Amino acid sequence: MTEVSASVVLDLYQRMLRIRRFEEAVGGLFKQGQLPGFVHLYVGEEAVGVGVCAALRADDYITSTHRGHGHVIAKGGDINRMMAELFGKASGYCKGKGGSMHIADFSIGMLGACGIVGGGIPVAVGAGLSAKYRGTDQVAVCFFGDGAANEGSFHESLNLAATLTLPVIFVCENNGYGEFTPARQAMNIENIADRAAAYGMFGVIVDGTDALAVYMVAVEAVERARAGGGPTLIEAKTHRKGGHAEGEDAFLAGQKYRLPEELAAMAAKDPLEIMHRYIVEHAIASSGQLEEMDNAVVRAVNSAIDFARNSPEPDYASLYEDTWV
Amino acid sequence: MPRKTYIQAIQEALAEEMRRDERVLLMGEDVRLGVFAGTRGLHAEFGDRRVIDTPISELAVAGAGVGAAATGLRPVVDLMFGTFLYLAFDQIANQAGAMRYMFGGQATLPLVYMTQNGAGSSAGHHHSQSVHQFFMNMPLIKVVLPSTPYDVKGLLKAAIRDDNPVVFLNSLALGGKRGEVPDEEYTIPLGVADVKRAGADVTICTVGATVYTSLAAAEELAKEGISAEVIDLRTLSPWDKDAVLASVKKTGRFVAVDESFPTCSAASEWAATVAEHAFGDLKAAVQRVNNEDVPMPFSPKLEKAVLPTTEKIVAAVKRTFA
Repeated sequence: MTEVSASVVLDLYQRMLRIRRFEEAVGGLFKQGQLPGFVHLYVGEEAVGVGVCAALRADDYITSTHRGHGHVIAKGGDINRMMAELFGKASGYCKGKGGSMHIADFSIGMLGACGIVGGGIPVAVGAGLSAKYRGTDQVAVCFFGDGAANEGSFHESLNLAATLTLPVIFVCENNGYGEFTPARQAMNIENIADRAAAYGMFGVIVDGTDALAVYMVAVEAVERARAGGGPTLIEAKTHRKGGHAEGEDAFLAGQKYRLPEELAAMAAKDPLEIMHRYIVEHAIASSGQLEEMDNAVVRAVNSAIDFARNSPEPDYASLYEDTWV
Repeated sequence: MPRKTYIQAIQEALAEEMRRDERVLLMGEDVRLGVFAGTRGLHAEFGDRRVIDTPISELAVAGAGVGAAATGLRPVVDLMFGTFLYLAFDQIANQAGAMRYMFGGQATLPLVYMTQNGAGSSAGHHHSQSVHQFFMNMPLIKVVLPSTPYDVKGLLKAAIRDDNPVVFLNSLALGGKRGEVPDEEYTIPLGVADVKRAGADVTICTVGATVYTSLAAAEELAKEGISAEVIDLRTLSPWDKDAVLASVKKTGRFVAVDESFPTCSAASEWAATVAEHAFGDLKAAVQRVNNEDVPMPFSPKLEKAVLPTTEKIVAAVKRTFA
């Protein structure tokens, strides 16, 4: 493996910690009935969003999914405004009009989470088209899951980006389940990356629990895209530590769907533990230093919860704001 | 004033706006060749970069329009036939139409979806439908359906300059229609109706190709001493309620004529609005003239029978005098 600098390694770990602690707090708040709507947590998949976004510039674009909190944080989003949005408050990213599945931060190129499976894929293609048209070397990344790989938007978008040679990186977070249906039941192939060949684009499989590995393939894909070499399909094999959505037991009425072998594989592959081990083994930082980092992240998350709780509800007057320009 | 066809007016509008603003680009299937001629000639002037032929992938192209608009461009996405927009519904309804609001005002989407609307070429159900009523039902999408060469040019230029998503519908039946179009620069604001024929006894409200059917009906009615006012809404969302209500106040009778399926049609919305806000002005119940409630048949004879005809409009007007 090519050497990655210590500062990048620590940055990857810190971004993953921010996601993990944020999501754990969100899960707790949801359980206590403090959050409206649905939340889909990114716990277990942190290495994918972080590894990819660490390879991006601030002016690059991303589009996201219903499981989008991790992508916002990985791209550098503000957890106060995120938490406030999850509470539906006026100080949230979308003034309480978006919620968990519609968080966006255009100031950092985060063009939106998306409640429709596969809905963000064509939007990223348009952002890539725009970058190329304007003659910048920006790239657009689109995150989506294994479920979205079976949507028509996936097929149309990959083909469109390939034929127009657009600077788009398609990142499939294969967590093995489309909602509750195992991916193996929804497709007759093992690797979604194999589909890249059908569009005449590069396809690569990476261990999505290893942030460094993800970072390395992302750097390569980003370089290719910036240089005019067109799109790449990255399939990151990962695990969803929790369910599809928090509180899903209520929908499932006690039915189980996780495959035992998948659960066992997941237990051995926590992305934070993998990174923690790497950092300590390579003497990049000590366990004590990482614990301090963790504590600081927890404090920041707690203060985001305070910020959200203390923020006002949106006014009724705001109902008709943000309509036509 | 020079006379030009409806299609020539579309070509002029696109070319002028592309010359005026580097951010305007055109994409869609066969836009270089311009199969239905609206985009013809643009590739020769603007080249591959700004006139982009895409695969036949309506959903992805519609979504690429969203992404391009959200990041600083002003795309015109040509989807050829109104029915093809069904394939792109997610991107139009869930993304283009909602993004600005859903993201608390962060997104600005100067985006035009251009397509052909309505019947008249005996092409069968998949190429002969009106789709304007679907998009009227979605908040924050503007919907335009011009009837004359003059209107189509001025409204298309305004739609391209608008900072909101616009579904811009060209009437399939009117492509060869000629009318006066000045060479000088002009735009027509979206949301403003045009009285195509002034009258005193009844208001006929319509849009698109049925403007001509309604004018023919007004001509027939005039022979019988009934003076019909024909209002061409031109823009369906937002639509010019004030103009319609003012006309009904004057005439006291209202007939809504709209080439779409009857249930939840554009005419339904106009009729409900008049009944709600001008009940006291009405001398008779509001009337609607829509398509027959069936998919579009192929036979030219049957196709004509499905559409609003002069006879149906005349009959509807007479019901308001019964």
